[in-house]
Amino acid sequence: MAVIEVQNLRKTYGDTVAVRDVSFTVEPGEIFGILGPNGAGKTTTVESVSGLRAADSGTIRVLGREPRDKSLRRDVGVQLQESQLPDKLTVREALDLYASFYPEPADWRALTRELGLTEKLKTPYGKLSGGQKQRLSIALALIGGPQIAILDELTTGLDPQARRDTWDLIESVRASGVTIVLVTHFMEEAERLCDRLAVIDHGRVVALDTPAGLVAGLGAEQRIRFRPSAPVADELLTALPEVHEVRRHGPQLEVVGRGNLLHAVTSVLAVNEIIAADLRIEQASLDDAFVQLTGRSTKE
Amino acid sequence: MRVFTKLTLTEIKLFLREPMAAFFVLFFPTLLVIILGSIPDFRKPSDDLGGARGIDLYVGIAVILTLAMAAIQVTPAVLALYRERGVLRRLATTPVSPLTMLSAQLASNGLAAIVSTALVLVVGRVVFDVPLADNVAGFVLAFLLTAAGTLAIGLFVAAIAPSGKAGNAIGTLLFFPLMFFAGLWLPREAMPGVLQRIADFTPLGAGERALSDAMTGSWPNMLSATVLVGYLAVFGFAAVRLFRWS
Repeated sequence: MAVIEVQNLRKTYGDTVAVRDVSFTVEPGEIFGILGPNGAGKTTTVESVSGLRAADSGTIRVLGREPRDKSLRRDVGVQLQESQLPDKLTVREALDLYASFYPEPADWRALTRELGLTEKLKTPYGKLSGGQKQRLSIALALIGGPQIAILDELTTGLDPQARRDTWDLIESVRASGVTIVLVTHFMEEAERLCDRLAVIDHGRVVALDTPAGLVAGLGAEQRIRFRPSAPVADELLTALPEVHEVRRHGPQLEVVGRGNLLHAVTSVLAVNEIIAADLRIEQASLDDAFVQLTGRSTKE
Repeated sequence: MRVFTKLTLTEIKLFLREPMAAFFVLFFPTLLVIILGSIPDFRKPSDDLGGARGIDLYVGIAVILTLAMAAIQVTPAVLALYRERGVLRRLATTPVSPLTMLSAQLASNGLAAIVSTALVLVVGRVVFDVPLADNVAGFVLAFLLTAAGTLAIGLFVAAIAPSGKAGNAIGTLLFFPLMFFAGLWLPREAMPGVLQRIADFTPLGAGERALSDAMTGSWPNMLSATVLVGYLAVFGFAAVRLFRWS
């Protein structure tokens, strides 16, 4: 049974339609990504799921309950954008205080170790760097030992190393059985972490699939370049159903096609005892899929 | 209850870590009593003040000052800042109701006001021989009524202030005229009749009068009590209606 069900969610602020029509379900134990350009309605969607906003219409069920059901606050950990703490509150005090809100809190010492905050326990919030504040915010979302963690722009403001560490943490949290909803605009993050993704644009879900599925859905071409160890006749490759075109660039061969192109090409080369040197594959990325779906680059 | 206690202790810690606010709420009223009490004229009975000594009146005014600073200056500034920075929004995602946070904030500021008041009374009694209230129950009642009325105003300011800075500014803007009518610059007894009449209907003026009733042995007068309950009802209701958590 799905842990989160969203059906035809709609939310407007005055004349502005923030979410037009969003539906998706999140299965237990998965990392579900919500991807979209700025202003697409991602944050409003997760705020509605978190029970912070009342939807204008549509239904939301979280663990089978209404999102505004108070008992959910114990089972759902939320990390919001731009949610701060008092400047003079230390990291330890914040963790200790928030742990006291829950009947069965997680071990905050272990959390701080995993998030690299152990050195900062005595530091007041106001003196933390942006990345440290972000990591504390993640720790506070996980401190109640939730069944579901909703993380909005998880790694924004983190340096690349801290970002990778955080991804490791998220994977280990998931491994412990927590379902994770991740709002992001980082393709690399979505590709690395998410089992499934909903791409939201202009308040609608424009695609919902696995990251690989989204890329495959592009029908995008793959390119393989290599230097064959012996001459290769074009027909040898063009005879393969996966191959569309063969181009020559001096000693280099470029094969364009789709599907399981690499396997098809290397198999036929192996049969003919040809070695492919300097082999490189150019593949469409999630980034390309996103641009095609939304007409916008994620870098905007 | 465990969470409320923990939140209140945290709020107290945070309050003590803001040296300016802590100094003004906890020690400034006592300092005022000490400074005024060291002026010889304030220690002599004065005909202008109906035969009372200046220092006797200023102990009551210092108690009002304590409440005004805790309720009208500190409370709205902190709460508006908490809203502006998303502290209340984050709390709303936890099992703790933001209302618990609000109560903890009121408890910690209330406690600070009680400590400060005790300090004022003790210094007044020990150093300047200002008698403690003849009617202790009346004094406590007047103190609670004034605290309730001023806190309602403070919460109302917190409800309408768009930011921490704005909360602070509105609080300060209200603080000076309200303290004027409490007699900070000119005790009520020395005010012209018209000003006294106006003061009777201001929250701090009514509070000061109710306290001074209790200091001289009677119960707080009906008018002052009604005025304070009125402020509590009107501003408390408006604050509850208008308060936004995020």
